[in-house]
Amino acid sequence: MPTYRPGPVSLALAALVALFLLLPLLAVIPVSLTPSRMLAMPSGELSLRHYRALIEDPRWINSILLSIRIGIVSSAFSTVLALCFSLGVWMFQPRFTAALVGFVLLPMVVPPVVSAITLYFLLTSISGFSSFFGYDTWLGVAMAHAVMTVPFATVLILVSLSQLDRRIDLAARGLGATVWERATRIIMPNIKFGIITAALLSFVLSWEEIGVTLFITSVNAITLPRLMWMGLRDNIDPAIAALSVILIIITVLVLAVRSVVVRLRGAN
Amino acid sequence: MRAYLSERVGAAVLMAPLLLFLVLAYAWPFLGVVKWSFTLPTPGLGQYNALLTDGLVQSVFIRTLRIAAIVTLVSVAAAYAITVVWVRGTPAQRVIAEFCILVPFWISVLTRAFGWVALLSNRGLINTWLQSIGFISEPLALVRNEFGVIVGMTHFLIPFAVFPLASSMRSLDDRVLLAARGLGSSRMRTFWTVFVPMTRSGIIGSAMIVFVFSLGFFVTPAILGGGRSVMIAELIYLRIFQSPDWGLGAAISVVLVLFVGALMALLFRYVRPKQLI
Repeated sequence: MPTYRPGPVSLALAALVALFLLLPLLAVIPVSLTPSRMLAMPSGELSLRHYRALIEDPRWINSILLSIRIGIVSSAFSTVLALCFSLGVWMFQPRFTAALVGFVLLPMVVPPVVSAITLYFLLTSISGFSSFFGYDTWLGVAMAHAVMTVPFATVLILVSLSQLDRRIDLAARGLGATVWERATRIIMPNIKFGIITAALLSFVLSWEEIGVTLFITSVNAITLPRLMWMGLRDNIDPAIAALSVILIIITVLVLAVRSVVVRLRGAN
Repeated sequence: MRAYLSERVGAAVLMAPLLLFLVLAYAWPFLGVVKWSFTLPTPGLGQYNALLTDGLVQSVFIRTLRIAAIVTLVSVAAAYAITVVWVRGTPAQRVIAEFCILVPFWISVLTRAFGWVALLSNRGLINTWLQSIGFISEPLALVRNEFGVIVGMTHFLIPFAVFPLASSMRSLDDRVLLAARGLGSSRMRTFWTVFVPMTRSGIIGSAMIVFVFSLGFFVTPAILGGGRSVMIAELIYLRIFQSPDWGLGAAISVVLVLFVGALMALLFRYVRPKQLI
């Protein structure tokens, strides 16, 4: 059957949009190689000094390690909560499911700045009782990130559950499996890709979270995006260009590997 | 009966932790913010009254709506162009389009805003190049103004506009298009009178998503607007952290939530949630 392909006008317009989408990502490459201390295009000479600054300046290393720690804790927390919740929804189909799921998705649809002021209120209230958990602490940031990522984890796990055949669970139940056995030995092995994806997405969202982090940190819990923000607002630091190039390369590699894996799995 | 009871207990035990977590860490503090808006600095409706009379707040609201409208129009049109190729192109075209959509999508908002600073600033790529070929003598003001904000936000939001459009284009029946062509309609006419109307739900969905997102946008306007083109979200930030006026910041947040809630309710009257993914 012949399919309806885009014509030359469509292709030309799409190419313009593609160029627009890639242009700012390409623009950071020359800036990262400038020998100047300020943001500028390199004229003639190229230099790797801004890449060296990333390794030598302890601020960058510390904030990368902090972001990884916050990402792992918040992603583990939000994935476990989302998994339990989704299992409850799928296995028992309780009344008011739509309303409950809608409530869980709120942090995803409410404007981020409103979530930010809400979490600012929460963490400054907690700070009154505790000095290691609250405003400007890494645990406080991890909890705030868990609030922001848990809707995404829930959506991914619910989507993979919706593709699962209910009859295998009914069979297990008919053979006398307990709720715990059904969940851990029948359902979870079948949605393990959904669970892994949810954990990875939660980590990535926490790793690059800035809108909320800006409201709930000041001098102690400086995550990587927070440090980049500080370098972007005042005098623009070309080390950010070097860091951006590294992040872009990692993203491209991960997407390339993923598309190859998807293609190979599709071929088999 | 016992089995029925244990089912309900099981559901409660599994679902309670997340619900409890979100009630304590999200719903309760949100009510606290609502309380701020009525009690700080003095109890009463003073802050909401100020919203209606304060010229600065109103000009920021109007600017936010204007920028959101322009960004929505441009993003949906641009997303439409690339989605057509992503969904209906040849396999090679699809791979390239997917790459151009997903790579920016996964890169952090800060990196992308920074990329635009590198392109548009006075000593950026575009001004350096235009000056070196002698086209201009003074650098053009491309950033730290509304133009920069619109460009940066459009760039951020195109991938989000793509997904609802792609879903409506995928579910479209090819035979309708072939029938239109077979009946003598030109490519252009088939596109405008058959293809576009059949993707209407995708267009509405993607326009609503982009519009709602742009209302609460913070990072890109703050970096590319350079403090000169303040939008609502940045105004809330400034009211909380620079001129401590928590009551007004909280009142703006409450109004923003109500406005976005009304828009979402309107959206779901026209589009089913499943069509958006």
